[in-house]
Amino acid sequence: MAGKTVTRADLSEAVYQRVGLSRTESAQLVETVLGEICDTLERGETVKLSSFGSFVVREKGERIGRNPKTGVEVPIEPRRVMVFKPSNVMKSKINGGDETDDE
Amino acid sequence: MIKSELVLRIAEQNPHLYQRDVENIVNAILDTIVDALARGDRVELRGFGAFSVKKRDARIGRNPRTGETVPVSEKVIPVFKTGKEMRLRLNGASNGASGASGAVPTGASIAARAAD
Repeated sequence: MAGKTVTRADLSEAVYQRVGLSRTESAQLVETVLGEICDTLERGETVKLSSFGSFVVREKGERIGRNPKTGVEVPIEPRRVMVFKPSNVMKSKINGGDETDDE
Repeated sequence: MIKSELVLRIAEQNPHLYQRDVENIVNAILDTIVDALARGDRVELRGFGAFSVKKRDARIGRNPRTGETVPVSEKVIPVFKTGKEMRLRLNGASNGASGASGAVPTGASIAARAAD
């Protein structure tokens, strides 16, 4: 049961089953959706998907890191990272409950 | 960008689809991810990132306002780890390299661009 990995192929299959487009087009649309989310985040814009969660881009300042193996200090350059904040709906579904069924 | 704006943008790129079809497509994708996580599965989307779940043990929490102790039961939380290509894109690597970097599949960006 647990331990399986879901990939793009499974997402296309779900789209194919639910919307009734061809398999090729379903796969293409999965790419388009992911691509659009990536492009938006790349511009630094937040992506909020209700009942799923939101992806936020954060600016990290420079700090001093350390190579854990050698102990040598190395500067970590300022960079942009992306964080995912799951919605309450997602959290409760994953915990097997539907108490907070917001939709 | 919120979900409805995402739907609108995809619909613009695919004039042959109804907006409600696009809505169904986006929801099918998101629901599949949530269902997988609910089963304890991992969701790996190359070039974007991976979703997985982690178990958090039960613990004794404290109401920060009153100081009362409250039992917090065991729970499962979803976690997301950004993929390599996405991490590079966020830091501007795509401007020069993404088109050429054959190592990582850039199918998503190619499809998005081909659509217009």
